[in-house]
Amino acid sequence: MTGLLSLTTFAPLVGVAVLLAVRALQGDNAKTDNLAKWIALATTLVTLALSVVLVAQFDAKNPGFQFVEDAAWFAGLHYRMGVDGISILFVLLTAFLLPICVIASWKSIDKRIVEYMICFLVLETLVVGVFCALDLILFYLFFEGGLVPMFLIIGIWGGKRRVYAAYKVFLYTLLGSVLMLAAILSMIAIAHTSSIPELMHYRFAPWLQTWLWLAFFASFAVKMPMWPVHTWLPDAHVEAPTAGSVILAGILLKMGGYGSLRFSLPMFPNASELFQPLVFALSAIAIVYTSLVAFRQTDIKKLIAYSSVAHMGFVTMGIFSGNVQGEQGAIFQMLSHGLISGALFLCVGVVYDRMHTREIAFYGGLTNRMPWYAATFMLFTMGNVGLPGTSGFVGEILTMTGTYQASTWTALVATMGVILSAVYALNLYRRVMFGDIVNPDLKTITDLDKREILIFAPLIIGTLVLGIYPNLIFNLTASSVDGLVGAWRAAVGG
Amino acid sequence: MTPQLLVTIAVFAPLVAAMIAGLSGRRIGNLASQAITTGALFLSCAIAWTTFHGVIWGDWPAKFTVHLLPFINIGDFQSNWSIRIDTLSAVMLVVVTSVSSLVHLYSWGYMAEDPSKPRFFAYLSLFTFAMLALVTAADFMQLFFGWEGVGLASYLLIGFWFHKPSANAASIKAFVVNRVGDFGFALGIMTVYWMFGTIQFAEIFPHVAEFADKGWFFAGHWFHAVDLACALLFVGAMGKSAQFFLHTWLPDAMEGPTPVSALIHAATMVTAGVYMLCLLSPMFEYAPITKNIITVIGAITALFAATVGLAQNDIKRVIAYSTCSQLGYMFFAAGVGAYQAAMFHLFTHAFFKALLFLGAGSVIHGMHHEQDMRKYGALAKLLPVTFIAMTIGTLAITGLGFPPLELGFAGFYSKDTIIEAAFAAGRANPTALFAWVIGVLVAGLTSFYSWRLAFFTFNGKARWGHDDHHVRDAQADHAHGGGVHDETHDEPLADDAHGVHGHDDHGHGHDHKPHESPWVMLVPLIVLSIGAVFAGFVFVDYFVGHGQVEFWRGAIYNAPTNHVLHEAHEVPELVKYSPLIASILGLAIAVWVYLIKGNERLGAALAARNGPLYVFFYNKWFFDELYQATFVRLTKFLGDLFWKGGDQKLIDGFGPDGVSAASYAIGRRTGRLQSGYLYHYAFVMLIGVAGLLLFALVKFR
Repeated sequence: MTGLLSLTTFAPLVGVAVLLAVRALQGDNAKTDNLAKWIALATTLVTLALSVVLVAQFDAKNPGFQFVEDAAWFAGLHYRMGVDGISILFVLLTAFLLPICVIASWKSIDKRIVEYMICFLVLETLVVGVFCALDLILFYLFFEGGLVPMFLIIGIWGGKRRVYAAYKVFLYTLLGSVLMLAAILSMIAIAHTSSIPELMHYRFAPWLQTWLWLAFFASFAVKMPMWPVHTWLPDAHVEAPTAGSVILAGILLKMGGYGSLRFSLPMFPNASELFQPLVFALSAIAIVYTSLVAFRQTDIKKLIAYSSVAHMGFVTMGIFSGNVQGEQGAIFQMLSHGLISGALFLCVGVVYDRMHTREIAFYGGLTNRMPWYAATFMLFTMGNVGLPGTSGFVGEILTMTGTYQASTWTALVATMGVILSAVYALNLYRRVMFGDIVNPDLKTITDLDKREILIFAPLIIGTLVLGIYPNLIFNLTASSVDGLVGAWRAAVGG
Repeated sequence: MTPQLLVTIAVFAPLVAAMIAGLSGRRIGNLASQAITTGALFLSCAIAWTTFHGVIWGDWPAKFTVHLLPFINIGDFQSNWSIRIDTLSAVMLVVVTSVSSLVHLYSWGYMAEDPSKPRFFAYLSLFTFAMLALVTAADFMQLFFGWEGVGLASYLLIGFWFHKPSANAASIKAFVVNRVGDFGFALGIMTVYWMFGTIQFAEIFPHVAEFADKGWFFAGHWFHAVDLACALLFVGAMGKSAQFFLHTWLPDAMEGPTPVSALIHAATMVTAGVYMLCLLSPMFEYAPITKNIITVIGAITALFAATVGLAQNDIKRVIAYSTCSQLGYMFFAAGVGAYQAAMFHLFTHAFFKALLFLGAGSVIHGMHHEQDMRKYGALAKLLPVTFIAMTIGTLAITGLGFPPLELGFAGFYSKDTIIEAAFAAGRANPTALFAWVIGVLVAGLTSFYSWRLAFFTFNGKARWGHDDHHVRDAQADHAHGGGVHDETHDEPLADDAHGVHGHDDHGHGHDHKPHESPWVMLVPLIVLSIGAVFAGFVFVDYFVGHGQVEFWRGAIYNAPTNHVLHEAHEVPELVKYSPLIASILGLAIAVWVYLIKGNERLGAALAARNGPLYVFFYNKWFFDELYQATFVRLTKFLGDLFWKGGDQKLIDGFGPDGVSAASYAIGRRTGRLQSGYLYHYAFVMLIGVAGLLLFALVKFR
């Protein structure tokens, strides 16, 4: 069905229009605020339904782009949209996480609710757009546009040092964006097309590939984030409201990985091979380095943020491993990390909403009063640790297996990450959850309420189902990934 | 019902029960949770014995695999959720479900006063499911699933009393040390995958011989292919089975409730490493260097743990070290190629070690959660059933028997076979001979510490009832690995608190008179006692004797040149008697020290005279202190260095903060960024490491 993709992408903007209309009619009052939540929730649920229809109609056997739309835009540019087996999953992940974010913000956001919801809906459109865009310029607009609502979410609804964090995000991202824009413009100038499917078959000269690869990598490495351009992430997470962190960890970080899969690998295959050792080295360092840093954190959110960087190290490593196990593992790891780290940030949100602090030392013994929370947090801690049976395991073992073939050294160092993740994650759990309640403030803390159970239920199901039957994902991605790896192998002659 | 359906029920019944008890335990109540989990386990146990009989003597197929669901399927990387049954997994099914069902039953009594029973039984059943998934795996992914699944259950159960800091520390230690093993295991799986192009056991095993002479490039070096794969996998086995270097978690795991120690940390989970070696015997048979490593590690473990066991005062820790030591036997049995003997010892050990642990639990229960043997004594009359059961267990572990008639307790058959096999293999291989010497020596040590435990607990003068108030401080100093114990006397009863070892800190009355346990706890003891008496005698022919080929039917592979099991039966008479002599010697010394001399004075004198050695043993060869001073400190140091030095000062300092500071300072002072601090050196180091890694990657790809 043509138009379905655009419908999915822009459906959230319809919600934005409704929100604005309601406020214009009713004015800024509590009733509007309440209605705004319901409108946002309904919008995100409709978008989710649309994306499910998209997946249901998707032909997994076809490795190419589907639901393609192409319309002349202006100045010779085109509005091109389409999804393949890789991008459709990120559309689904985005649509899946957004309703959870809206429900998670139900009570914790108490100022400018209409604007807050608008930010999230606009963000959804832009992020879905990133994954659907098949035109370089369009992609760039969506890719960089996504920064604006995120910037606002942190800058307006964030914590005490929100300005510093927002500034840091901006500075880092700016660096990458400028280079990527320069690369995009030169690509269009040289290849005389901005169509991504066409560019995937265009062969740039190797020396040019090197520069273009580096320019794209600058942007993607910041987004992922890779060591050593990762330090904006912990600050951004700490200051962002809970739902902002969920989106940041769950989706925005994946844009870098997705970009590498969509651009770096197919368009600059020789450069990707050339820089494989660099990516491997940075990934291996990221895994060990950030895991060690995570171990020493005193702020729950910062710890989880650092663990995110470590987990994204597996992704970058897998993407550039150049074999199906590595690629599939990387894609799976991104999805799984979206669920698990999103859920972990929600877990932090649960206690933050009650106690308004994220200091680990403040807590202790929560299991005594919060058994359901304890079980939920345990499950996602185990997912974070990569326990088999949770989705966290599948991505890790596959990326490591894929990397092993390309570089045993990298696999060796990366595998140390499985030890270190257990060290920091279990220590966090112990300090927050176990022991007796010593802090008198915690004596009356309450367990998960129904709304919170509703938030976690889909994430729990997702983590377990994908952990036990990951083929749900692989069946969708298989032919696209085979095509990607086949083309890469052919290009580098391996 | 078909065999396929039956075994599926056997594997999943504990999972279903665990989910019911875990998720709705508070709604359905304690009794229902206990009944459902225990019932499910007895059902599994009945099916397991049916399977055992059906596969070996009945009309079931000798091997079959039930395919349940695809797991990970990418290219050649094909794994499935499946249930693979052959003699090897049937033996494990029997061991796991038998001990587990008895432990479930026992826990009705032992955990009677605990406020969170549904959670406990849910964890126990969950553990059993993971263990069954492990032993029925048909490929490396499911094996790893079970492997880490039992690790999770073990972590949850060690930390079951989560308000005890020592239990929490012990649970994390167990998980992390096991992860160190799994680090090797995971790399082993990857190596196997790229070597053979598959992770299915059935597809790997026929092709191992083709790789016998091949090399494999790993981390910049050439290795013998099969040796490398097996050595990496063996690291996993070392972690799970608490072998030397990776053993430190097992004694601390005693912080968990005693039924857990019996099930997980004695009979089943810790034997998973042995099971892995036997399952992968088609690979290990082509890995001669790794087999020698296994032999040495196993022998050292056996000796190390036995020496530490001599000096401990906590009843559970003695048995824990004993377990560690017996696992060492199983490992060097596999190392010398006598996998059948390793499995046989695994089988008999499961019965008598579970018996000893549950017996100890009965004593602890009767003594109101006192675990310090120095506060026991003269309990034989007060706890008669426990006394008899533990005596049988001790007879079984010390391997008492009568060689001319080939008649003895369970350990007599299995341990002696191992020692004989080591001697037989030692004719060609000095490593095996080393293992034989240690094996005989340790048989004597085992006898001494086991009887010491028995006499200390049941005989002599009553040393309880002195102090009327329990020291309720649950913080056992062991668990932190800190604080060296400088006490040098084990026997004298000090009134201060230095002997406090992790009480099971839950409420009980103030009646301090020891009492015998209820029947739900005694029945498992009696059943296991029967096993400890007869398991060796009944099964010796099948596991390691003339019927072994018919029994195993190819589930264990011996290379054509490996006749060690056959030769083990033809060793000189003196070799056959050697473990028995050592064992009787150990018994005699224990009798002399702890019975005739009345145990207080001489033990203390012995301990004092051998001061340094005693301190060395008492402090477990200072492993905890060593690891604390190296790995733990290094991790913390690097974490702080990378965080405060790397991220904050270097990356942020030169990055965003530096940019803003610089733009602010431009026009006034440039060069403010150069400070000349230590972190510059750290930065150079970091770049150097990155550069080296990069170089290695480019160079050694």
